[in-house]
Amino acid sequence: MARWPLLGGFAVVVLGAGWFLTRPMPLPDDALAGLTPDPQNGAIVFAAAGCASCHTAEDGPDDLLTGGKRFASPFGTFIAPNISSDPVHGIGGWSDLELASAIVTGVSNDGSHLYPAFPYTSYTKANLQDVVDLIAHMRTLPASDVPSAPHEIGFPFNQRITLGPWKALYTSDEWVLASADTPQLERGRYLTEALGHCAECHTPRDALGGLQKDRWMAGAANPSGEGRIPNITAGALTWSEAAIAEYLKSGFTPDFDSAGGEMVAVIKNTSRLTDEDRAAIAAYLKAIPAISNL
Amino acid sequence: MPFKKITIIAAASAVGIVSTAFAAGHLTPEQQRGLDARQAHMSLYAFNLGPLGGMAQEQIPYDAEVASAAAANLAALAAIDESAYWVEGTDTSIEGTRAKPEIWADMAGFEAEQVKLVAATATLASVAGDGLDAMKAAFGPVGQSCGSCHESYRAPRQ
Repeated sequence: MARWPLLGGFAVVVLGAGWFLTRPMPLPDDALAGLTPDPQNGAIVFAAAGCASCHTAEDGPDDLLTGGKRFASPFGTFIAPNISSDPVHGIGGWSDLELASAIVTGVSNDGSHLYPAFPYTSYTKANLQDVVDLIAHMRTLPASDVPSAPHEIGFPFNQRITLGPWKALYTSDEWVLASADTPQLERGRYLTEALGHCAECHTPRDALGGLQKDRWMAGAANPSGEGRIPNITAGALTWSEAAIAEYLKSGFTPDFDSAGGEMVAVIKNTSRLTDEDRAAIAAYLKAIPAISNL
Repeated sequence: MPFKKITIIAAASAVGIVSTAFAAGHLTPEQQRGLDARQAHMSLYAFNLGPLGGMAQEQIPYDAEVASAAAANLAALAAIDESAYWVEGTDTSIEGTRAKPEIWADMAGFEAEQVKLVAATATLASVAGDGLDAMKAAFGPVGQSCGSCHESYRAPRQ
């Protein structure tokens, strides 16, 4: 009989330790010390990180981050929040440190975990200079007073505490392409794995929603249920590097079909990068392992 | 009596199943013609975009005459009344098309995309012979118009 209280006590200790180890861990207070923001570079980071693709309204202006777009997933529907400069409904009232923590650690300014529909699992690889530049740029964008809508997700996923263990399993600051031995490849890796978060759609996910890194960029089911997100490794994408770079600039394929679906919003962003940056992304896609379609 | 009733239900279900299967696998001649026509139309866009895109991307030298002819073709293609192409029931529920049901659900929005393409190709046709820079500047909006329609109304490949 005496075993049950003992077991119960043990369970409390294990759960407590689990909570403690996976508790929300924002950036340390001095993380941004000494960094001077450059809003001009911030505009490039903003495009490269694709912020507007998710946080603008359907058919809304490109710079009004009013939120409201819906993202279906096996766990429920996530609704992009207002991250405009509005002090009440947007992020105008957040400090730089709070914003940087949200972006690279997935912790909100109220200390809770954010859902990884916000791709902080990619942004965690961003360098903090780029992050403060980005924040400075976001503060120059117009305000929207539209309140953010709550996500539509059921139990147990609506318990943000469950995100702690998830983050422990799936967040890593290690590059998937371990060696990038030219400056171009290094830049391409940074743009693709960190800012561009391309893998969030182009890599399949396991049952818990984590990316399957052994099938990196090898194509995935479309979360909207419609068609597939294509394999963009050399195992399926046979375009030249120049053709990939051109696609990211104009949206035209080598045979003059055009990008469609979600990729149109991505091209809007990549068209704002330099030719060198687009070439770097193309070089990166040729450098990652070629994986055949299943 | 019950036996008869079951037979009737079974027969009715069989008819239902067979007709559903027929609808999924076979198009009416009118549907097939619409599908063929719009896909051919898309090929003609791609064919005429080819030389302009090649010049804009500086893969081939700029040639005012070739550019003007291709741009005039694009403008003519865009101006064609396509309304008869989009036959009811020829969306992604059938094989061989990526046309989303949103086309029929939002025909006004879909037609507005064509209006944009008409404007962009007309502008391109008016300047395509005026030098590479002028052509390039007008070519961008044509590509954006393609993307804008494909963003909302074309499904990804299976």
